[in-house]
Amino acid sequence: MASDQIRNKGVNVTDHDLTFRSLSEVLQNNITPYIALLEAKDCPGIKNLMQKLMGQLMNCYIDVDSSEDEDYVQVSHNRIRCSMTSLINWYEHVTKKPDSETPSKKRTSSSRHWQSPPVVVVFKDMESFSTKVLQDFIVISSQHIHELPLVLIFGIATSPMIIHSLLPHFVSSLLCIELFQSLSCKDHLSTIIDKLLLRASFPFKLGEKVLQVLINIFLYHDFSVQNFIKGFQLCIVEHFCSQPVSVLCCQLVDAKKRADSLSHDQCENIRKLPSFRRYVESQVSEKQIALLTVDTYLKEITQKLLEDLHVYHENYLSVLRCLHVFTSFLPKYPLGKQIRELYCACLENQVWETEEYESSLQLARMLNKSDLVTMLQQCVEIFVSSSGKEFDNTVEKLKEFLTQFQKLEEEAFQEQDVSVSSQKELQKKTDLYHLQKTLLELKESRRSKKLTKFEMLRFEVVDYIDSLVRNYLVPANHKTLHEIMYFNTASVLREHLNAAPRIALHTALNNPYRYLKAFSTVVMGAEGPNADAASSDQVDDIIHARFIRAVSELELLGFIKPSKQKTDHVARLTWGGC
Amino acid sequence: ILPCESDFPSIFIYGHTSSGKTYVMQTLLNTLQLPHVFVNCVEYFTSRLLLEEILMQLQSCCSEREQTSHVHCDTFNDFVRLFKQAVVSRELEDQTLYIVLDRAEQLREMEANILPAFLRLQELTDRNVTVVLLSEIVWELFRPSIGCFEPFTLYFPDYSIGHLQKILSQNHPPEYSADFYAAYINILLGVFYMVCRDLKELQHLAALNFSKYCEPVVRGEANERDTRKLWKNIEPHLKKAMHTVYLREISSSQWESLQRDDGEPGQLKGLSAHTHVELPYYSKFLLIAAYLASYNPVRTDKRFFLKHHGKIRKTNFMKKHEKTSNHLLGPKPFPLDRLLAILYSIVDNRVAPTANIFSQITSLVTLQLLSMVGHNDQLDGPRYKCTVSLDFIRAIAR
Repeated sequence: MASDQIRNKGVNVTDHDLTFRSLSEVLQNNITPYIALLEAKDCPGIKNLMQKLMGQLMNCYIDVDSSEDEDYVQVSHNRIRCSMTSLINWYEHVTKKPDSETPSKKRTSSSRHWQSPPVVVVFKDMESFSTKVLQDFIVISSQHIHELPLVLIFGIATSPMIIHSLLPHFVSSLLCIELFQSLSCKDHLSTIIDKLLLRASFPFKLGEKVLQVLINIFLYHDFSVQNFIKGFQLCIVEHFCSQPVSVLCCQLVDAKKRADSLSHDQCENIRKLPSFRRYVESQVSEKQIALLTVDTYLKEITQKLLEDLHVYHENYLSVLRCLHVFTSFLPKYPLGKQIRELYCACLENQVWETEEYESSLQLARMLNKSDLVTMLQQCVEIFVSSSGKEFDNTVEKLKEFLTQFQKLEEEAFQEQDVSVSSQKELQKKTDLYHLQKTLLELKESRRSKKLTKFEMLRFEVVDYIDSLVRNYLVPANHKTLHEIMYFNTASVLREHLNAAPRIALHTALNNPYRYLKAFSTVVMGAEGPNADAASSDQVDDIIHARFIRAVSELELLGFIKPSKQKTDHVARLTWGGC
Repeated sequence: ILPCESDFPSIFIYGHTSSGKTYVMQTLLNTLQLPHVFVNCVEYFTSRLLLEEILMQLQSCCSEREQTSHVHCDTFNDFVRLFKQAVVSRELEDQTLYIVLDRAEQLREMEANILPAFLRLQELTDRNVTVVLLSEIVWELFRPSIGCFEPFTLYFPDYSIGHLQKILSQNHPPEYSADFYAAYINILLGVFYMVCRDLKELQHLAALNFSKYCEPVVRGEANERDTRKLWKNIEPHLKKAMHTVYLREISSSQWESLQRDDGEPGQLKGLSAHTHVELPYYSKFLLIAAYLASYNPVRTDKRFFLKHHGKIRKTNFMKKHEKTSNHLLGPKPFPLDRLLAILYSIVDNRVAPTANIFSQITSLVTLQLLSMVGHNDQLDGPRYKCTVSLDFIRAIAR
């Protein structure tokens, strides 16, 4: 039986290419050098599949084996019959080699240790292959499985049931199937956000609206991690292009040096920032004047503020993770299941004023002991691993809580005796009146009962976490100079990312002159680097003529027609297909 | 089949899957040491490859030489000439040569002259050669429209339960006695014969379940003759296996490792457990809208999706055709604009017509959840058809 593995991927078709390439690299380094990657669009028939396969495996160029127009008189040794027997012969030839080599030659891969490394064939997009091609290939290769050890990897985007719909029974019975599932794309997104945004080592951060736009595109449209990354790169470019103070958005050491060497114009830019203005208003009047006029004083203050911002970020991230640990134990996840949802909630406003926060605190007051203990231990780990001495007190306090919880365990046995005795009272024989009285008394005592030690401790823990949140999770808008690090113009991002082709075409057709300019740049770019011609403002006459001819051809084909608005303007006729 | 085949220039053998055609032919020819050429038509998918392969096998047929030089053969004419030469050089003139073509239904896909030429090969080459065609399809579907030489047809019937028992019992592992294994096969056939008569599948099932059957003997709880205990042990196991008889849920190596670890069979999920497909938010709505567009007739759109609709008057035409449910007729194609209109009305918040939506439609087509109908050069508007079932849509709509 042939050996076969299935990889279940997600719907994000654009990301699969990278994944498969990295997979083949890993396989090449560790297991076997014979790997072929096949795509459905290259293999409409079994002949093309074999050609592609052999071409990739043998790293040579195979002429197309067409029988109509070839001269059979000359046989060139480059033309190889693309059939299974030639593949088997090649394989035998290649795997016999290591025996004859001397051991002094370099051993590049561990596949030398294998007598016959398997040949791996990867079908990148399984759903697009036609069933006949797959069936024929599997039947053929299963006949020769002894001579050519083959492992097939199918990349499946939907669900493994498609194996049953693509391959009939007699074919799938030839396969030995194992299922591998890659991480879901949402996990990938969380990892990326974790590594990029939730690290203090990268000063650039996204504002809440921008982050929401990117996440929405991911979740609502295409699940594509590459598109998310491109969007993120676009944000970076926009930020550094449009915001002049972003020159200070870098590592702290460099930022301080640059702050020292700011020019007067740049200092003016800083003074214009709204957060800076708020800061200035909160100062004493002499300092205000100094800040607004004296550049050197401004630079000093800027350096101090940058340092503050840096420290703020570090603390923010540690406390954020601690809060996430805290809320991940709660049922129904009021503040979101993943840390990115919590991050979005904390970015936009003061999280302790939101309803979800209230409800999560209430739920936390009802957690049981083992959950609380685990949670505290995880928080301790987070704070211990954060740099700086800021959280030493916090770690002490949390460890204290933990020891108190442990002490409670020992005391718990003593408390049990008290409740047992009250049970015994109830079991004595009494008449109805006495029974009623005893039950009422018990209820009273329960209401006014003092909270047990465990409950008091629980309250303390929750209050402490609350205080940490209020202290450290101040949203970034309240900090001075946050515009340096945060990019928040979501409208620009939306314009660029959510391409609306109809709108674009509409605006273009209403003003053909703009269209003409675009046309000329495209044409000149295609014709080669005529740098001199490109720099001239005036549009070349020939290109102008070509444009007019193209427009009239489109008119002839019925795609556009002259609108009544102006002489030059045309309107689009057909709207289908965009 | 008797060796005096020179009377029959061509033989056509057909029978259901795994009724032993290939196996019998090969064993017979090998045991009787008859000169033969065995070719699988699926593997040599063009006529050139097929003919060259026959000639190459012929070269190495009766000689001990391993080196075979590459032979060129394009047309059947060349093949006949080269074949005559080869037979002469191998001194096979007094013996009958057999050419066996397995999976002969592929011959119909090749050039039109291949099949009739093979059937008349004895006449064309004037030598003692018999062509045997093995296939699962009856001869009536093979007959070319221009007529040909009728071969002698032979039918291989399916195995009966007695035969299956005998065949399967021969594979018993050496540690256990033949009786023990025969009893096991008896039980297995009793359970599975109603559902499955395919020999290969039964062999696979026998191999998979035997270790579970032997468990009580291995653990020392029962000896080989305690049929009741063995049956009680294996019965629930076989019942569960019935559900997934033809589906290759998990590979046999995974199964064996599972048996060794003695884990819960429920932990290892087979292929059919993974039916859920993750789709982005708008894609789900697109698919639902496509389903609605495929299965609802156009005139009901106005009624379902607009706020103020009028009543639809039933005409005589509609009354006649009301009976056939659209679900039975299958999905109908719909244009792109209709899909977008339905989408905008079922999604609660405003959907901007960005390029993302259009690219999602294309990726749904790539995943074969939608299919494109019509030609690619129809610029007015592509038409699509929804290819998923109601259960799938229900699962997504959750």
